[in-house]
Amino acid sequence: MTLRRLQAILLKIGFWLLVGVLMLYAIFPFYYAVVTSLKPSSELFEVSYWVDSVDLSNYAAVLSQPAFLAAIRNSVVVAISVVAIALLLGLTAAWALGRVRFRGRTTVMILVLGVSMFPQVAVLSGLFEVIRTLDLYNSPGGLILSYTIFTLPFTVWILTTFMRQLPDELEEAAIVDGASPWVTLTKVFMPLLWPAMATTGLLAFIAAWNEFLFALTFTLTDSERTVPVAIALISGGSQYELPWGPIMAASVIVTVPLVILVVIFQRRIVSGLTAGAVKG
Amino acid sequence: MASVTLENVNKRFGTTRVIEDVSLEIGDGEFVVFVGPSGCGKSTLLRLIAGLESITHGDLMIDDQRVNNLTPPERGIGMVFQSYALYPHMTVHDNIAFGLKLAKSDKQTMEERVSQTAKILQLDNLLDRLPKALSGGQRQRVAIGRAMAREPKILLFDEPLSNLDASLRVQTRNEIAHLHERLGSTMIYVTHDQVEAMTLADRIVVLNEGHVEQVGSPRALYEQPASRFVAGFIGSPRMNFLSVTGRTAGEAGCQISIPGLGDQVLPRRMENDDESLTLGVRPEHLIPAAATGESGFKILNVEYLGSEAYLYLQVPDGEALVCRTEAPCPFTRGGRVTLTFDAHRAHLFDRDGHALPMIAAPDTQPAPAQATTS
Amino acid sequence: MTAREQQGAPPDNGRHAASGDGSVRLDAPPRRERGTRVRRRRVRAAWLFLTPMLIVLAAVAGWPLMRTFWFSLTDASLSSLEGAQFIGLENYLVFDEGWYGIMADPLWWQSVWNTLYFALVSVSLEAVLGVIVALVLNAHFRGRTLVRAAMLIPWAIPTVVSAKIWAWMLNDQFGIINHLLMGLGLIAAPLSWTADASLSMWAVIMVDVWKATPFVALLVLAALQMLPGDCYEAAKVDGISPVKVFFRVTLPLITPALLVAVIFRALDALRVFDVIYVLTSNASSTMTMSIYARQQLVEFQDVGYGSAASTLLFMIIALVTVIYLYLGRRQLGGES
Repeated sequence: MTLRRLQAILLKIGFWLLVGVLMLYAIFPFYYAVVTSLKPSSELFEVSYWVDSVDLSNYAAVLSQPAFLAAIRNSVVVAISVVAIALLLGLTAAWALGRVRFRGRTTVMILVLGVSMFPQVAVLSGLFEVIRTLDLYNSPGGLILSYTIFTLPFTVWILTTFMRQLPDELEEAAIVDGASPWVTLTKVFMPLLWPAMATTGLLAFIAAWNEFLFALTFTLTDSERTVPVAIALISGGSQYELPWGPIMAASVIVTVPLVILVVIFQRRIVSGLTAGAVKG
Repeated sequence: MASVTLENVNKRFGTTRVIEDVSLEIGDGEFVVFVGPSGCGKSTLLRLIAGLESITHGDLMIDDQRVNNLTPPERGIGMVFQSYALYPHMTVHDNIAFGLKLAKSDKQTMEERVSQTAKILQLDNLLDRLPKALSGGQRQRVAIGRAMAREPKILLFDEPLSNLDASLRVQTRNEIAHLHERLGSTMIYVTHDQVEAMTLADRIVVLNEGHVEQVGSPRALYEQPASRFVAGFIGSPRMNFLSVTGRTAGEAGCQISIPGLGDQVLPRRMENDDESLTLGVRPEHLIPAAATGESGFKILNVEYLGSEAYLYLQVPDGEALVCRTEAPCPFTRGGRVTLTFDAHRAHLFDRDGHALPMIAAPDTQPAPAQATTS
Repeated sequence: MTAREQQGAPPDNGRHAASGDGSVRLDAPPRRERGTRVRRRRVRAAWLFLTPMLIVLAAVAGWPLMRTFWFSLTDASLSSLEGAQFIGLENYLVFDEGWYGIMADPLWWQSVWNTLYFALVSVSLEAVLGVIVALVLNAHFRGRTLVRAAMLIPWAIPTVVSAKIWAWMLNDQFGIINHLLMGLGLIAAPLSWTADASLSMWAVIMVDVWKATPFVALLVLAALQMLPGDCYEAAKVDGISPVKVFFRVTLPLITPALLVAVIFRALDALRVFDVIYVLTSNASSTMTMSIYARQQLVEFQDVGYGSAASTLLFMIIALVTVIYLYLGRRQLGGES
């Protein structure tokens, strides 16, 4: 009896130990970035696990660079535009794919899924040509266009899943009331799909905010770069003298909004990820 | 106002025939109920009339105009759905007004119609609420209000009461009957519940496996079922069925011998002699009497319902017979009863389940000519 | 009404049908109806609604992919895309007093091997860790929501940022990892994680596993939460050990979700670019196919050659996808 009790207690301790380790593993790198960013450059090279005194000089350094501010502005513009376009096109497409039976529907679904599996590098040279032809090279427009390649497929996919869950009779009621497909979509379905659209939009925003390869390739000047490229290209006097303080400060600046979003909307995000994968 | 005519309407889903050659005339202002077991095609038939499903073959006319190719609003129908299908994000007012808005009614007419509809359905105080803040019965009324706001020529109901609890169902049933009286519009109503069908309908259409079994008034279906299927479907408890052998007995009709009930002549005309038939007698038409010794039937159970009681009687092979009697009654479980019944109220069905025709009404003199021509 | 009451089953179908058809054909040409107008309108609307998406996808995916295929057969360079000449398969393989082309480039084969190695190891680790994390998150304990939110943080951090953070933590002189390992006495001298060819691949895998495990965990967790509770109670009543229950009951039931997570991750891992580019740049010890292709394309400006590498990467991923789907379907089919 006591042995069994001991075993139970040990099991419980083990479990909480595991939870602790996982928490530490998940959070520590970001925590350490915050700690580093708050240290003056003179203390940077002594390892310490917490902040002794708050020093904002790294943030001041980063935020006084016009290039970094431009990058933040570009990232915001690009991410929001991509979300808007993906939701608009995704919503109409999801209505068609989720609620209408027609010849060729499966083909379109497979096509969309296929695009989401594309390696980005595979379209790099072709897309480069398209962007240059449209005169969008080195401008946010080029990035907005190119980002639809990865945001649009999963937006369509997730919204289709949610669209299918709406009851058939609701749409039939709208038909009997004389609503055209467009009216049904905008007046009846869209108000009901706000949660799904928020989820999908959030995922699209995160994806666009984090993208690196296209942003690196399709922009040239500091004023047109996005945040990930700006951070990747922060450099010091030589390869061995990276300004770690400002890099960590910049990292924290661009990550904190995302972390807050994720913590607030974690339920939404989880439902979106699983709708796109498990049910799809 | 509108009449509806179906001419040889067929519906196939792929190769499955869901509706087979249904022809039907529904008069202006009539209340018609489609009834049948689940999967009989009654909802599909309603959706064909609504324009939510396409007719594979045949014609649908509303007021002598062929409407196969018209959209639901063009057909002038309103529909109440089983799940109500209220727009969850719109208030009661907006739910009712949605169709009017889409029909581009001017604001004044719209408001008038909405308030008129709300008044009829006692929704006046609920116009600003969202559907989620309404009770089941209220939602039901909003669904009806939405359907009638555009003043459609025909109102369609798809099992509208199946989501309500029993007492509310009776109440709403009465309200719908009252509404029909008040609006006078043509109504078509689908249900699987024969009590709803009997209480609401001017005429009932009994559907079975995609075809019409019988069309008639509730009384006609009850008194003169055209087939064993209809006989078994209409009436509760169900009609008793017994296998019997029949012999022609001249102009008197058909003589049958019933195990436990002896020989009897029924005024039904049969074609072939010595045919195996099914006798059908409703529980309320069996008259029990206390039996002595081993004669009659053994009572398996007595269900006491207050105003009446049902006796369950043992039959050598087959389902127990059910017999209705006034309550209180002198019969107890384990006792025995003999049965008699009025020959004019009994039914005979041939091997295919068709009812054998009545020779003559009980109160008219049988004429020789009638027996040969009708 | 009484006259109609006796109307039984449709009387005399044949005659009725004939007259019905006749009257139709008088005022309308005989044609098969393909659905109601509502339905036809919906199908038309469906295509209309799909068109913008299809146009955009064609512009950013279909057409560029075709162009990439074409460039791979030319000598296009970044500065003169228009003047590209068709040169057949020379970018892939050609004999000109020795073999040339991608297929003859040892660096390409190294990057193929690196990619496969990276994908296999990181995805396997993510699957195992993901299941463990999901099992923990599936247990009922105080603060579960908090832990779940914390688990999402690595997933939300931009890859470039997480690569930079880890680069700092793995810094050979001032990194906290070396400091920690030396403090624990596990290593005697600081390791140069990102520069040392034998360690850099592991550094990259470590970062990728850290970032991607939450994704796998969330998908598995969703599957876990859909499992029926009664078979666990039955197992508990029967006194079956939890380990056995996991392998006999839980694992088979979450396999479909795990397979989906794994294929998503595998496709990501096979096209990996940013984490490696930021952490180790163009070092050959961690060069992947994407890095190789982009280096040729952008840095060496050789669009033809780079496009050929891109095309090969596309084909390899397509092949892996097909094989995986085929095996996955067979396995799932065999189980059910």
